[in-house]
Amino acid sequence: MVSLSDYLILSSVIFCIGLVGIFVNRANIITLLMCIELILVAVNTNFVAFSHFLGNEAGQIFVFFILTVAAAEVAIGLAILTLLFRNRGSISVDVTNSLKG
Amino acid sequence: MNSEQIIFYILSFWFVASSLAMIFSRNAAKAVLFLVLAFFSAASIWILLEAEFLAITLILVYVGAVMVLFLFVIKMLNIDKSTLRAKFTGYLPLGLIVAVIIVAEMSLVLGANQFGLDVFSSPARHGADYSNITVLAMQLYTTYVYPFELAAVLLLIAIIAAITLVHRNETSRKKQSISEQVNVQAKDRVRLVSITSPSKEDK
Repeated sequence: MVSLSDYLILSSVIFCIGLVGIFVNRANIITLLMCIELILVAVNTNFVAFSHFLGNEAGQIFVFFILTVAAAEVAIGLAILTLLFRNRGSISVDVTNSLKG
Repeated sequence: MNSEQIIFYILSFWFVASSLAMIFSRNAAKAVLFLVLAFFSAASIWILLEAEFLAITLILVYVGAVMVLFLFVIKMLNIDKSTLRAKFTGYLPLGLIVAVIIVAEMSLVLGANQFGLDVFSSPARHGADYSNITVLAMQLYTTYVYPFELAAVLLLIAIIAAITLVHRNETSRKKQSISEQVNVQAKDRVRLVSITSPSKEDK
């Protein structure tokens, strides 16, 4: 039988992979958005695993809402990214430093 | 090791491997495809956890809509690949160290002593008459009906925000100018051209 700790450790590994992706990728913001998606899926796996093992459906409802918010976030993020590319001609993280003091 | 564990470890392997391939791939389009594989593995793991509705939703909404949106933007922006090859590994050692420490700490906290089978026993599988969608719908439309409607409003706001962000400049917008329409003269719109029609004798 697969225990709850297996699922939790798997999702923490995926979470850290997403985190490393955010650290490592300085080239484009699209990859950063994808890493955020990966982190959200890891968190959702946590919710689903606890929902299954505790016999409580509220966790799955939360995953449903997280999916909704993530879809909205991606839509707005990609719109901002398109604007950034139109104004700067690049989507590198190093180019987007106009807020730097 | 029973079949459930074997399936779980195979799916976990593909989940982790495709995630790693995603963050280390230089090509953004390839990264999207690896992320699709990661989502499929995650959906399979969710099916293993008896969350069938969410697994199908993950594939339909994420792979079907969000990832296609990513691919759309990547193809549309035509990113220069030479700039992607540049600064890549600057933060890699520090990031790896942080990640390994986090995984080690999480494994200590989430290990078999705290969340193992003897603490949280694996629940019995539901029968064939169990419907995950019915159970979720009963919760969603009773207890969580206000958050559900708020989610709809949130999606509407997201649509409006995305459209207004992209349609910012004046030239891409079609609008009506009333004063221009009222002040227009006939000579602005209609041009009379006198043409000499060929007579029948010329033939």
